[in-house]
Amino acid sequence: MKIVITSRGEDLNAEVDPRFGRAQYFILFETDDDSFSVLDNKQNLNAQQGVGIQAAQQIINAGAAGLITGNCGPKAFQVLSAASIPVYLEGKGTVKETIEAFKAGTMSPSNAANKDGHWV
Amino acid sequence: MLKIGIASGKGGTGKTTVATNLARVGRERVCYVDCDVEEPNGHLFLKPEISETLHVTVPVPRIDIPRCNFCGMCRDVCRFNALAVLFKSVLVFDELCHSCGGCALVCPFGAIQEEPREIGIVEKGKSNGIFFLGGRLNVGEAMAPPLIRAVKREIPRKELVLIDASPGTSCPVITALQEVDYCLLVTEPTPFGLHDLRLAVEMVRKISIPFGVVINRDGIGNADTEHYCSAENIPVLMRIPDDRRIAEAYSRGEMIVDTLPEIKSKFTDLLGKLLDCKESLSPVSGPERGLYQR
Amino acid sequence: MTKYKKELTIISGKGGTGKTTLAAAFASLAERAVIADCDVDAANLHLILRPEIIEEHAYEGGFTAEIDTERCTLCGQCQSLCRFSAISDDMRIDPLLCEGCGVCMDRCPENAIRMTREICGRWFLSNTRFGPFVHARLGIAQDNSGKLVSQVRRRANEIAEEQDLELVLVDGAPGIGCPVISSVAGTDLVLVVTEPTQSGRHDLERVLELARHFKIKTAVCVNKSDLNEDMTAKIKTVCREKGAIFAGTIPYDPAVTEAMVAQKSLVENGESPGAVAIKNIWRTVLKILQ
Repeated sequence: MKIVITSRGEDLNAEVDPRFGRAQYFILFETDDDSFSVLDNKQNLNAQQGVGIQAAQQIINAGAAGLITGNCGPKAFQVLSAASIPVYLEGKGTVKETIEAFKAGTMSPSNAANKDGHWV
Repeated sequence: MLKIGIASGKGGTGKTTVATNLARVGRERVCYVDCDVEEPNGHLFLKPEISETLHVTVPVPRIDIPRCNFCGMCRDVCRFNALAVLFKSVLVFDELCHSCGGCALVCPFGAIQEEPREIGIVEKGKSNGIFFLGGRLNVGEAMAPPLIRAVKREIPRKELVLIDASPGTSCPVITALQEVDYCLLVTEPTPFGLHDLRLAVEMVRKISIPFGVVINRDGIGNADTEHYCSAENIPVLMRIPDDRRIAEAYSRGEMIVDTLPEIKSKFTDLLGKLLDCKESLSPVSGPERGLYQR
Repeated sequence: MTKYKKELTIISGKGGTGKTTLAAAFASLAERAVIADCDVDAANLHLILRPEIIEEHAYEGGFTAEIDTERCTLCGQCQSLCRFSAISDDMRIDPLLCEGCGVCMDRCPENAIRMTREICGRWFLSNTRFGPFVHARLGIAQDNSGKLVSQVRRRANEIAEEQDLELVLVDGAPGIGCPVISSVAGTDLVLVVTEPTQSGRHDLERVLELARHFKIKTAVCVNKSDLNEDMTAKIKTVCREKGAIFAGTIPYDPAVTEAMVAQKSLVENGESPGAVAIKNIWRTVLKILQ
């Protein structure tokens, strides 16, 4: 299955980006064979509003079955919940470390957004 | 019908004081319009008897799911990211919607209807002969302009219409000042006041509205504001002195033209100046004489 | 050791109550803070802070439609569909009214309309005698101030992380609309500066409702409190009723204008009654933030 991790860089050694909507990159990691691809999120940095919604839409279209990040706003959370995509807010350290933590089963999905709307 | 906008760059300079007291001396000839829909204050001073309340709505999309094919065209066309289309559901984010109607137009399956959503109210009333019109935005609503437009649509024919705007120079003020014949910029003679007055002057010049300045709390700060106005050939139409009695009367919600007779004559003079020039006021550039300023 | 940073947003509801005066004074008193001026429409804090700009960025707002007159057949489709009355009878688009929705462009049978994006403001990172300062200047008659406010706040929060600072001090805008919402959502504490007048109280109630709507902890202080002691007392009651913390009062002080003219914060201008009162409020605010 494809897990999306928000990232500051384009490979697994990059730091996890704590933001979702304005994350620099999305790493799409395939847990079945440990392969991955990278989605650049620059277009979102320019959006007027609804950045979280747009980002959520983007990863849904990319086939995400889960999202690991640091923070997620209410609108993005709403979209991801409606698409039955679990959101894990315990992303930290490098992408590699986060994936390992996820595989070890130490993460649990959040049941609410942890940032207010319009957050920076 | 003469429409006068009362604006400022800086907040708290005395727009509402000037607008309501001008209305007070003009009485039956005047319609006062409170376009500071985020924080309306005019009613605190004019104390109108409200005769009618209109609930103002904006259209927002509602998806008829049985007709929807989840093609995503509505989401693609929306420039405000107000729609998210998932495999078997569509989410609408009302607070981001600008009510442009684009989604309903584009839907190939006729699955989108627009339904009204309330954003605020418009109140109409009378206060000692003055026709009172005021808007009040619901708390939590981000956008004032749609409500301001709704308030202005209710303006009746009157000799003098006074439009009390919100502070600043951005879209709510521009919306309030649309089609105004003349603008009074209210300022205080302090560095903050002057800095923001310059911005306000740039604004009214950008929208080609002739204008003049009212200096409130005259005596505080420094002389830079007077120098600026005279260097730019901007007429100073009234000066209200810095007087604690005025501030105290204001704090109690009183009309200063009622409490202080010497102030009343200043407002009567200003009213006269405005009404006398109405025949010759033009919205674009006028001669640099009297009330005009390019 | 990293101390978790806090964010304080100063707003007022009613304009002219003294937000910026207070923000400048707090900036003088704060030890490890980054300051942000989020009153992007009529920014004043820089007049006291006297920033040295080290970074300048263009800000692109929303889109504006433009009609290519060569292709336009004056059919009027666009005008009939425009909900914002932005298109005139002779098919000219008023950029001040255009909201950038793109309906005209999507529907034009001649493909004669395109959407453009212009630079409609600038934002800056500067150094000041009180620390790093993020501020902005929105172009005249522009919209999308909320987005520019978010940009300023974002950068200020990033600076706080980069430089290990403890406080993000935000000077907000008057009103309750989009720039204010963008300034307060997600902040740790809102401090409302009000005045003891009918208008002040009325507007305070609306601002408190806004803060409650966004579930933000709120404190209130009354500036020029001796102007009407009765009203100051009433405001204290409003705070109690609405669950806001009453943080103190500041007497009317002519030194405020003197300091402004001298381009100093009130607390840099001697121990006037206003300065003393503000220092007390600062101590109270720090306690609330812990």
